Amino acid sequence: MTIQSISRRSFLVGSGSAAVGIMLGGGSLGALAQAAQDASKSGGFSPVVWVSIAPDNSTLIYSPASEMGQGTMTSIPAILAEDMELDWSTVRVEKSPSVAKLFGNPKFGGAMLTGSSRTVVGYYDVMRLAGLQAKLALVNVAAQAWGVPADQIVAEKSVLKHAASNRQMTYGEAAAQVKGDVEAPKVDKAMLKPMSQFKIIGTDVPRVDLPAKSNGTAQYGIDFRLPDMVWASVLYTPVQGEKPETVDDKAALAVKGVKQVVKLPYGVAVVADSFATARKARDLLKVTWSNTSPARKYDSATALKEFVARAEKVGEAGDVWHKEGDAAAMLKGAVRTFTATYTTDHVAQCTMEPMNCTARVDGEKIEFWVPAQAASIVTGTAAAVGKFKPENITVNVTLLGGGYGRRVEADYAVDALLVAKAMPGVPVHVIWTREDDFQRSRGRPLTAQHLVAGLDAQGKIVGWHHRVVSEGIYARFNPKGYQSAGNKDAPVMEAADTIYEIPGQLVEHSLEKRGIDVSFWRAVGAGYTKFAIESLIDEIAEGTKRDPLELRLELLQNKPRAQAVLKEVAAMAGWGKPRAEGRALGLAFSDAWTTNVAMIAEVSMKDGRPHIHQLWAAVDCGHAISPRNIRSQVEGAAVFGISAMMDERLVYKGGQVQETNFDKYPLLRANQVPPIEVKVMPTDNPPGGMGEVGLPPVAPAVAAAVFKLTGKRVRELPFPKTI
Amino acid sequence: MATITINGNVKTIDVAQDTPLLWVLRDELGMTGTKYGCGMALCGACTVHIDGQPARACVTPVSAVADKPVTTIEGLASDPVGQVVQRAWVDNNVAQCGYCQAGQIMTAASLLKTTPQPTEDQIDDAMNGNICRCGTYPRIRNAVKQAAQTLAGEAK
Repeated sequence: MTIQSISRRSFLVGSGSAAVGIMLGGGSLGALAQAAQDASKSGGFSPVVWVSIAPDNSTLIYSPASEMGQGTMTSIPAILAEDMELDWSTVRVEKSPSVAKLFGNPKFGGAMLTGSSRTVVGYYDVMRLAGLQAKLALVNVAAQAWGVPADQIVAEKSVLKHAASNRQMTYGEAAAQVKGDVEAPKVDKAMLKPMSQFKIIGTDVPRVDLPAKSNGTAQYGIDFRLPDMVWASVLYTPVQGEKPETVDDKAALAVKGVKQVVKLPYGVAVVADSFATARKARDLLKVTWSNTSPARKYDSATALKEFVARAEKVGEAGDVWHKEGDAAAMLKGAVRTFTATYTTDHVAQCTMEPMNCTARVDGEKIEFWVPAQAASIVTGTAAAVGKFKPENITVNVTLLGGGYGRRVEADYAVDALLVAKAMPGVPVHVIWTREDDFQRSRGRPLTAQHLVAGLDAQGKIVGWHHRVVSEGIYARFNPKGYQSAGNKDAPVMEAADTIYEIPGQLVEHSLEKRGIDVSFWRAVGAGYTKFAIESLIDEIAEGTKRDPLELRLELLQNKPRAQAVLKEVAAMAGWGKPRAEGRALGLAFSDAWTTNVAMIAEVSMKDGRPHIHQLWAAVDCGHAISPRNIRSQVEGAAVFGISAMMDERLVYKGGQVQETNFDKYPLLRANQVPPIEVKVMPTDNPPGGMGEVGLPPVAPAVAAAVFKLTGKRVRELPFPKTI
Repeated sequence: MATITINGNVKTIDVAQDTPLLWVLRDELGMTGTKYGCGMALCGACTVHIDGQPARACVTPVSAVADKPVTTIEGLASDPVGQVVQRAWVDNNVAQCGYCQAGQIMTAASLLKTTPQPTEDQIDDAMNGNICRCGTYPRIRNAVKQAAQTLAGEAK
């Protein structure tokens, strides 16, 4: 998709961060600069492509990230609107085209990728500077029109004012006066207004996607329609790595409405004039499969025991993720050590919208309509698998019915690509059933973590050794990046480098390769690394007769933001005050995604299981774009965390996922959700990630409370059926 | 062939009698507000009203609604209770990804028609069949309460 050519009557300030003279780091900026310059040369309107103002003052802002419930479709435009001094009521938002050169996320090397809580983090400076640049360009237009110095003009709520002559014009009126190119004013970060002058950031701008999501008109990938579109359902190999050997499709082809059967490298697709027909006919296929995949040996329960054994081999050198001081020496000299092993099973993302993708091949070109987190990865996959040239690939990203990391990779888009290639000119919509979604899981890695902490004679933690054993994510998905980083698997080891001040630290990863793909998940690594770290801190507090809050405050004595959220959540929950009979509080902290969050759970035991009465969370994510949405994100991630902690477990036997639908893989329901109170504590710092932070502290906070109630340490996720 | 009444409109479609209502709505009639989530009546994303009662369209053969009126999320906007519920959903910032919300709203509207002033437990019981993976449950609870209050105010 190319950006609509710019009418002279509309005003389109480009993104041109380069024309803006700023350096945000990363290679993407060079590309951005080039794109901006190319646009200028070809007679297009210059840089900032993010916003377009019509003469009637209505304002279109492009939002670059995939909207999957995290709210960035609103928060990113809100950032731009802040520095552009826009009247928010004039704003309309559209998903930007998937043009990485113009709209890529600097925190992903300029790729169109939504994930890892990096959208606001990655685009924050870009949007603020673009907004300022757009405002200054409009100021210059007015200055020229009125023949007054630009610095006498004030912009406020989409209106330009010159007080001395008592004149004003709207942004729309200014835009209408633009006849030729407008030079992009130079801006830099020093010119941005301080937090104290924010008018939009920190207010609760209503989410632009809410009305359509409340009346059934929101369009997800699965809702996409084209004339003459056909539907396909794919029978996937029972075990990853196998191939169809013989296919008997007579019965399937005999079903009324079936158009074609397409053999894929890993399955067989039935194409029909409706999804119901394609699916019904698919069940009539008779396929024999190869029987050579190493994944057939994979039993997750057995693997977990083997991972534990390996994790506990403290002498085995792993790939170093984080190192400070000399952990070995510190542990050797310790007068007391605490040791524990934590395990986590596979868990599935379970987006409520199953994986699906529409594709149409037209000669050398292919176009996708897809609920994807990463348009750039769809493009890369189509180039690698389909041999399409990148310039011939168009990716239109729809709304996503959930992402949680499952839609970062593009395996489902490959289905559509291969079937569409077999049916040139025909738009093909592949939909996975829920059963397909489970069978083709790429869940969170199965992990064993072994931790050893050493204390000196004063009871101070001086040595810390944290070993993680798991299948890799980057090691498989991004092997070059993994190797060039020195065998660092960032999503697997996410948040394992603790914020706590401990002089000797060694955090290692030992990679397993069992032939089963694992992938991203909501709060992937932090979901288990913080469980282990925070749980061990609680064990140390208890073992040394310290209050868990006091111990953390001591370990964070030079981290005022962390201290503030801990103290705040303690005040919210009444930490230290007596609880009702049979109830106890547990505390945990997380600094993942550069957001500080402290959480307390109030718990009682019922039939051997924890019953959560209330959660409290205090959050400092720096500049808080929309506090209301931040509270929603923390609530949602906490619910996700409770669900995973209580009942979610994806079991593999012989390389096959055993769970097939929500009857065997129960997700948390309305009656299991405690009240969740979230306090947002903005500080004058760059924004931290928000989509996932509510998850990591849940399990360790609840586990800490369970220990107080039962004297038993829970060191596994999900929790045992009976504690 | 099947003849059904959706949101007051009579439709005749050429499908097998055992085709689930969900796919008739989505593929044959292009009414995509009703969502596919599990296909086994486990998640509630496909909730519609059949003869005024909440039902899962994914396991309802089209033959079963031959003589019963069906209301979908597309038809709820013309229903007074539906309007109040939808407004409460926006006011309470409920949706995140939003995919399950049509089903949630259909269930909530049905609850409020039979139980205009539900207790917390009644809300939880009624909403129990609708999964929200984003975890919007706390705000769904608040939105149902607000809708109940609004309806009570209108009734006075």
